[in-house]
Amino acid sequence: MSNAGLDSAYDVAAVRQDFPILDKPLPGGMPLVYLDNGATVQKPRSVIEKLVECYENYNANVHRGIHSLGDQVTTELEAAREKVRALLGADEVEEILFTSGTTMSINLVANAWGRKFLRAGDELLLNEMEHHANLVPWQQIAHERGAKLRFIPLTADGRLDLTALDDVLTDRTKLVAVTAMSNVLGTINPIGEIAARAHARGALVLVDAAQSVPHGLVNVNDPRVDFFAFSGHKVYGPTGIGVLYGRRKILEAMDPFLCGGNMIRRVRKESSDFAELPSKFEAGTIPIAQAIGLGAAIDYVQGLGFEAIAAHEHQLTARAFDQLQQIPGLQIVGPGLAHRGSIVSFTVEGVHPHDMAELLDRKGVAVRAGHHCTMPLHEWLGVTATTRASFALYNTHAEIDALCEAIQYARQVFRRK
Amino acid sequence: MSDDLYDDYILDHYESPYHRGHLEQPTIAHEDDNPLCGDRVHLELLVDEHDRIKEAWFDGHGCAISQASASILMKDIEGKTLDELRDFQAKQMLDLLKVRLTAARQKCGLLSFKVLKTMVYTLDERKGAMSPTQGGRG
Ligand SMILES: Cc1ncc(COP(=O)(O)O)c(C=O)c1O
Repeated sequence: MSNAGLDSAYDVAAVRQDFPILDKPLPGGMPLVYLDNGATVQKPRSVIEKLVECYENYNANVHRGIHSLGDQVTTELEAAREKVRALLGADEVEEILFTSGTTMSINLVANAWGRKFLRAGDELLLNEMEHHANLVPWQQIAHERGAKLRFIPLTADGRLDLTALDDVLTDRTKLVAVTAMSNVLGTINPIGEIAARAHARGALVLVDAAQSVPHGLVNVNDPRVDFFAFSGHKVYGPTGIGVLYGRRKILEAMDPFLCGGNMIRRVRKESSDFAELPSKFEAGTIPIAQAIGLGAAIDYVQGLGFEAIAAHEHQLTARAFDQLQQIPGLQIVGPGLAHRGSIVSFTVEGVHPHDMAELLDRKGVAVRAGHHCTMPLHEWLGVTATTRASFALYNTHAEIDALCEAIQYARQVFRRK
Repeated sequence: MSDDLYDDYILDHYESPYHRGHLEQPTIAHEDDNPLCGDRVHLELLVDEHDRIKEAWFDGHGCAISQASASILMKDIEGKTLDELRDFQAKQMLDLLKVRLTAARQKCGLLSFKVLKTMVYTLDERKGAMSPTQGGRG
């Protein structure tokens, strides 16, 4: 599909050639219109080839084998870690921990930091737009430690209401856990202001960057945050790999989360000393090939440039916004364009989201329907489910049009005028 | 069997459901949901002294399949006895819908069936509790 007459900083048609899956027809023969990028994005050839390269040429365990392959794979893995450090603007490469994904990254902090430092009466500050991955681990550890969860209220249009922040951010607040970008509303949250105000109160800040990293909101020092979690598979990398950035001082003060091989320095029968960072938090065999593949993914997005990607995605979102609002009975949830990334979730009167997704699928349009792992947010919205279209660097304006036509088709099936 | 999930039969029941609402004094009421989808179905039965379903009503929200199937089920079971409902199989429920459901959508199509089955067992338990020597489910 072409990008008919619309400027992009890169050639979208050429970029699509980098993604083998995009020109494979669906089982029914229809072209794929993939708009479920918030769930996971498709992979460029360079990432797929990196995985193959790894398994075909230097597959071995890392930090262990005193042999040539072991050396090679360790070099590749540490090169990938350095790429992540540079991407995030972190001070030190030891602050980059490989995990299995955002979920594990947040669970690591909740368990390893929370269990050691939370006391009865302490507070954790959350909000209702968080993904379950940035809510449930906090519920569990708060329950265990006798800590309390508090919530930043939302504005009517689905942003964090920072005018009410001082009501909930207190001297008892030990940590603020907040998403940089909502996976449903698309809201981009003002991490800088939240972090500054949290730090002024002596609270730490954890950013769930699962949705924001693919769009270039990546820096851990500008604004300065304490923990930063994301998943490889949402930023064009493999599944099974994620990252936790943590400030060195805090990571050093924490006890390990998972225990076993690699994370120890010396093991005696009754007790052990733990390894230095980052190994201290990388027990067992980590997803080696996936981490190396993530390095290739970072190379890929940086090759296109985050600014160009964000500009292209913004155009797509603006077009979707414009066209969707013309569909009768369609209601977009969340804030206006100025405050959102490339996610648009909506409801359509008379057509339940599951029926919508099923009917869109008949037209080759892949979207997600449901509560998107945000049940409290849907309760706040007053609906049980929404349909979500989310756009990536390879989507085209023609695909937005295809989405809107498919929604109209669904409305017709449900006999809506 | 229709291959089109959204044929008129389903859509008619979705848009103009049979007995959507509540009973004054149901013999039994029960509800359940599909946590993953958020589909929810609440059923109420009025059972007469001969163990026959006098009236069946439902309420709930969710996709067309979950709501239409509840409506179709309510219409089908009125007049049936608890004995008949005890023998009622999931396959028969799916046949009632007259459309072929993918594995993913069978959960939606069988939600009200599941609720009905739970109610039948609960009624059996109640009876069993009242006449323990009888041993419960006949
Ligand atoms: C905002 C947000 N946080 C966390 C996650 C969890 O990511 P993962 O499943 O890769 O651990 C997701 C992914 O759906 C997300 O969108």
